[in-house]
Amino acid sequence: MESIGVLMTCPPNFPYLVEELEKRFTLYKLQNAPDKTHFINSHKNSIRAVVGNAGFGADAELIDQLPKLEIVSSFSVGLDKVDLPKCKEKRIRVTNTPDVLTNDVADLAIGLMLAVLRRLCESDRYVRSGKWKKGDYKLTTKFTGKSVGIIGLGRIGMAIATRAEAFSCPISYYARTEKPDVKYRYYPSVIELAANCQILVVACALTEETHHIVNREVMNALGPKGVLINIGRGPHVDEPELVSALLEGRLGGAGLDVFEDEPNVPEPLFGLENVVLLPHVGSGTVETRKAMADLVVGNLEAHFFKKPLLTPVV
Amino acid sequence: MENKDHNQNHQSEDLPQVLLLKPTPVMAVLGEHQFSSNKYQFLKAWESPLPLYQFLTKYANSIQAILCSGAAPVTDDLLQLLPSVRLVVAASAGTNHIDLMACCRRGISVTNAGNVFSDDGADAAVGLLFDILRKISAADRYVRQGLWVKKGDYALGSKLGGKRIGIVGLGGIGLQVAKRLEAFGCIISYNSRKKKTFVSYPFYSNICELAADSDALIICCALTDQTRHMINKEVLSALGKEGFIVNIGRGAIIDEKELVRCLVEGEIAGAGLDVFEKEPDIPKQLLELENVVLSPHKAVFTPESFLALSELVVGNLEAFFSNLPLLSPVMDE
Repeated sequence: MESIGVLMTCPPNFPYLVEELEKRFTLYKLQNAPDKTHFINSHKNSIRAVVGNAGFGADAELIDQLPKLEIVSSFSVGLDKVDLPKCKEKRIRVTNTPDVLTNDVADLAIGLMLAVLRRLCESDRYVRSGKWKKGDYKLTTKFTGKSVGIIGLGRIGMAIATRAEAFSCPISYYARTEKPDVKYRYYPSVIELAANCQILVVACALTEETHHIVNREVMNALGPKGVLINIGRGPHVDEPELVSALLEGRLGGAGLDVFEDEPNVPEPLFGLENVVLLPHVGSGTVETRKAMADLVVGNLEAHFFKKPLLTPVV
Repeated sequence: MENKDHNQNHQSEDLPQVLLLKPTPVMAVLGEHQFSSNKYQFLKAWESPLPLYQFLTKYANSIQAILCSGAAPVTDDLLQLLPSVRLVVAASAGTNHIDLMACCRRGISVTNAGNVFSDDGADAAVGLLFDILRKISAADRYVRQGLWVKKGDYALGSKLGGKRIGIVGLGGIGLQVAKRLEAFGCIISYNSRKKKTFVSYPFYSNICELAADSDALIICCALTDQTRHMINKEVLSALGKEGFIVNIGRGAIIDEKELVRCLVEGEIAGAGLDVFEKEPDIPKQLLELENVVLSPHKAVFTPESFLALSELVVGNLEAFFSNLPLLSPVMDE
């Protein structure tokens, strides 16, 4: 299969994925090319697949430049960076990496809640800076029993709910439609959900409808004691509004794994002790990234061997 | 104004006295009013101009109970001076600062914090474990230093699900840690003074064996003569290069020098520590390590648990002075 060209649009940072692809295909690393347009042009006739991730996908422009493109296999579960309608139109298959990363991302949501409410990062800084010698750290808010509101009750949202239940947290949610077999309380709008919970988690897919689903009104409804956790996508939250809500104390705190313009994080947040800022590590464990890579490679192999795709979306 | 008069009236010999050698952290935060009752009054040693020995001798006959915490240990020598004491109330999770054997010998009841700290202690333990496995504090530091932009993605962490967790001490806090970690898909085993009949987690009587079979150890037990430096070179070696340790018990349960050496030399993978042998002084090497998370002894320090503790303290004292059963007596196990 060495003659099959695969274009990797994301940075080739995960050695295991790169190695496994290079064993089977001719891998073209777009991020390493000094002149990307020229690079694509030179190899367009041999590129039959694209591998992207949460940050780099396949937009309409790229798809148009690759006449032999048959499949886009994303090293992520979110497909907001892949032009799905265009792929459908051109009969290009699209796969992602669902399920294997559900637990890690849900774990991170809870981890962020604990880190923000109990000020784990801030108190670690307190010790390292020598401040403990001068006095005890202040009290921090209890996490057990706090009400948790989840935006989006898909695989990740449900996994967050079952974990939060182990901490006796009452769970409520917002989704496009109410789920019939679910025991958690449903709210028909995000703003009502925000007004009725203490911790609000974004766990839905990023689409045109969910862009800025957490806006100024929602943050005000969540309030000065409320905490926002975002493990979805940066554009779910109106970021400038988030910064001013935090600086003005209209929002109590935030745990953020994603941002509108990664890797850029608004610098006014750096000085705040009621936020935790993570560099998009939701699925960032050795075990899960390997499982995701196996899915990417497995989907590509299935396609080129004319077998059923493992995790198709289109 | 009214209060002062009221207090003056109660400074009579009528109300039984509860001795406070030093202010307790909980009282310092919530205020003395949170602990007041019409069934007793506090006798505060630090407010007296008398040297301690004279102060205690003067009031010995009227002191029936002692309210204490870590900064003011209850020793056999102290009890010797106070023959009327029948109750010691601990305003803390730990009771290692109380000579329990001496109390037992003298027929003095002791009450502890019951379960008021269990949820917060467990939350802190899970938080520290999570932080050290998924590198939360380290990654947050990375972002704030501008390194996500300069150096790219942060290093991968370790998945929590499927990890074998060894809980050392399956008391109130340990049980709550187990319940939470099960929801993340962790596999729980434990070591305790005695096997607990009401749980189905595998019991290990030998802590080295528990360490050898665990990916992470969580220390939730009390500090006693038996548990001092229980986590030593052998245990850490059994835990191994891929192993993690979280301590929310007492610093002295772990041989700290040995722990630091293991962390520096990569003989264990990482640690989340809320307690240390000589707080607030901690070994300098720990301050430079990326694979530790440090916490200034605050695992149970939330307004909610402090309030619950104050209610429990008052409840125990009132029960005692009303000849009713104590709410959270320390049982001899």
